[in-house]
Amino acid sequence: MDPDVDLHVPAQRRELRKHPGVVLAAIAAGGVIGALARYGVATAWSHDPAAFSWSIWTVNVSGCFLIGVLMVLIARRFSRQSLIRPFFGVGILGGYTTFSTSVVDVQQAAEHGAPGTALLYLATTLVGALVAVWAGTALTELVVRER
Amino acid sequence: MTVLLVALGAAIGAPLRYLSDRAIQARQDSVFPWGTFTVNVVGSLLLGFLIGLPVDSALTALLGTGFCGALTTYSTFSYETLKLARSGARLLAVANAVGSVLAGLGAAYVGLLLAQAL
Repeated sequence: MDPDVDLHVPAQRRELRKHPGVVLAAIAAGGVIGALARYGVATAWSHDPAAFSWSIWTVNVSGCFLIGVLMVLIARRFSRQSLIRPFFGVGILGGYTTFSTSVVDVQQAAEHGAPGTALLYLATTLVGALVAVWAGTALTELVVRER
Repeated sequence: MTVLLVALGAAIGAPLRYLSDRAIQARQDSVFPWGTFTVNVVGSLLLGFLIGLPVDSALTALLGTGFCGALTTYSTFSYETLKLARSGARLLAVANAVGSVLAGLGAAYVGLLLAQAL
């Protein structure tokens, strides 16, 4: 299974043809919620271009933890609810996390005379995101298995 | 007003990521997540371009925070990397993680330079 779409999964391959309007509307609505949440965090916690972008770092790492939780829940608990992945996974978490701002933050820090901060931000975002997604799946697997 | 522009950009960016991912997967049958890789690199190029112009705050909200923000994703990227690693394709997982970040960064610089050359 894939958070966005995996055409190897028959149900995901069919979902757009079966309910194109509903699926795309769920993704768009989720994307709006996720992007506004990210915008809220970034506005409340703004940073100087040369400084470490803690807002986007936190958004991306927390979003990766949550996708790990979500994907296990979908596989183990909600495999029949076909709109959960489009709305929460593709929409909310896809719209909440961002790759483009993360790399432009790196470039901006380097441009403003802070290459060390840029490199640290780049590396800790990547490592943090991967640890978070692993932790999200592992913890949820544990909880789901115990119940 | 800014909130509405962010929302509008995201309402287009998120479904476009899903549709692009589908279109790319339909054209090739690889376990490597080319769909997410592509949207992330293209979104980084566009955001680099916008930063390089630079554009006013309304366009930054609509196209940068909203559209590029929702078109690109870190959550799907990290999950797909974990999935590759768990399936035993460790080399592909590393290639996706390092390759996406380097390609995204390179694309952002290309976008920036393009904007400055205009």
